[in-house]
Amino acid sequence: MINKQYIALPDLCTHYELEMTFFDDLQDYGLIEIVSIEKTNCIHYDHISNLERIIRLNQELNLNFEGIDTVINLLNKIDALQEELNNTRNRLRRFE
Amino acid sequence: MAFIDYYKILGLKKDATKSEIKKAYRKMARKYHPDLNPNDKQAEIKFKQINEANEVLSNDDNRKKYDKYGEHWKDGEAYESAKQNQQAQQQYRRSSSFEGFDQFGDGAQYSDFFESMFGSGFTGRGKSNAKFRGQDYNAQLQLNLTDVFTPQQQVLTVNGKNIRLTIPAGVVNGQTIKIKGKGGKGLNGGPNGDLYIEFKINNNTSFKRDGNNLYTTQDISLYTAVLGGDLTIKTLDGKVKLSVKPFTQNNTTVKLKGKGFPKYKEDNKFGDLFITYNVVLPTKLSTEEKELFEKLAKLQDHDK
Repeated sequence: MINKQYIALPDLCTHYELEMTFFDDLQDYGLIEIVSIEKTNCIHYDHISNLERIIRLNQELNLNFEGIDTVINLLNKIDALQEELNNTRNRLRRFE
Repeated sequence: MAFIDYYKILGLKKDATKSEIKKAYRKMARKYHPDLNPNDKQAEIKFKQINEANEVLSNDDNRKKYDKYGEHWKDGEAYESAKQNQQAQQQYRRSSSFEGFDQFGDGAQYSDFFESMFGSGFTGRGKSNAKFRGQDYNAQLQLNLTDVFTPQQQVLTVNGKNIRLTIPAGVVNGQTIKIKGKGGKGLNGGPNGDLYIEFKINNNTSFKRDGNNLYTTQDISLYTAVLGGDLTIKTLDGKVKLSVKPFTQNNTTVKLKGKGFPKYKEDNKFGDLFITYNVVLPTKLSTEEKELFEKLAKLQDHDK
């Protein structure tokens, strides 16, 4: 572990039983952000949640990286729409 | 504890082939996967069901056992026999013991029915390795509108742990806040999950809220509307004196700046309070009043 904010990719490879190329590919597809700290490639702790979602979508649903990227974009869209719906519903309560 | 028809869950006939089972499972998993259905409890339950059905039907031994004893699991002999088989299959068991749980209750991975047949520590295939960061927890907190007018100190109990929380004033109905690191514990030194709290705000006031603004209707008499006058109205944190201008029309709205709802995470900043006047006409008049109104009406006619 590099510090409390970042975790080294080799550690993640061990934890998730994945090859390093998996992470390289994810970065190539723009799905994760890898930073180099003390000459070691790392991922920020705050991005682990997203990384685990990507791993689940890949392993449990057999989605390829293009598919995962599409799914994540659509989920973000749903999030934004959900928020808009909630705001609109709250505004409508004024007229109930 | 009821019998679970795994074939029905996957929409299959009893003579389904391995490839049909795989196909049906994959199709349903894509539909109900929790990552594709965030905050959808029903989808989460359904996903557990189809996973469990797949664990049983995609494994030859499990399927054979299920087909043989499944529907008659209450039958003592068959059940005992199934249990003995289960004990013989030590490789499916885990040393730690699960506590009993209701069928697919919160956090439960398998139903009681499944555990009675295959044991509590079944090591399923196809499980994700994504188990480094702790699990995120989701909670819902119900508060009254008057509660979130000022910052609220709350103590929440999440998985037996007390979490002290200051909820900022101005929280909106349906808003979710994240409490970092207060979810499940990380594994092998991984980060803890987060706690997400969704607020459900019950409006226990006569005011309507739209963002940071509040809206209310105030009845005024015909005489106050025509002649003007002072009145005192209630706000969420006290009373305010208002001067009604002469000739105020029905449905006129006035704005009281800064008398609305606190702005979320903006100290001492408030929205506005909008008051709509509802002019109340008399429903009966004394003889004298009626005469005076008639006199007024005649005066109005003369002016035209």
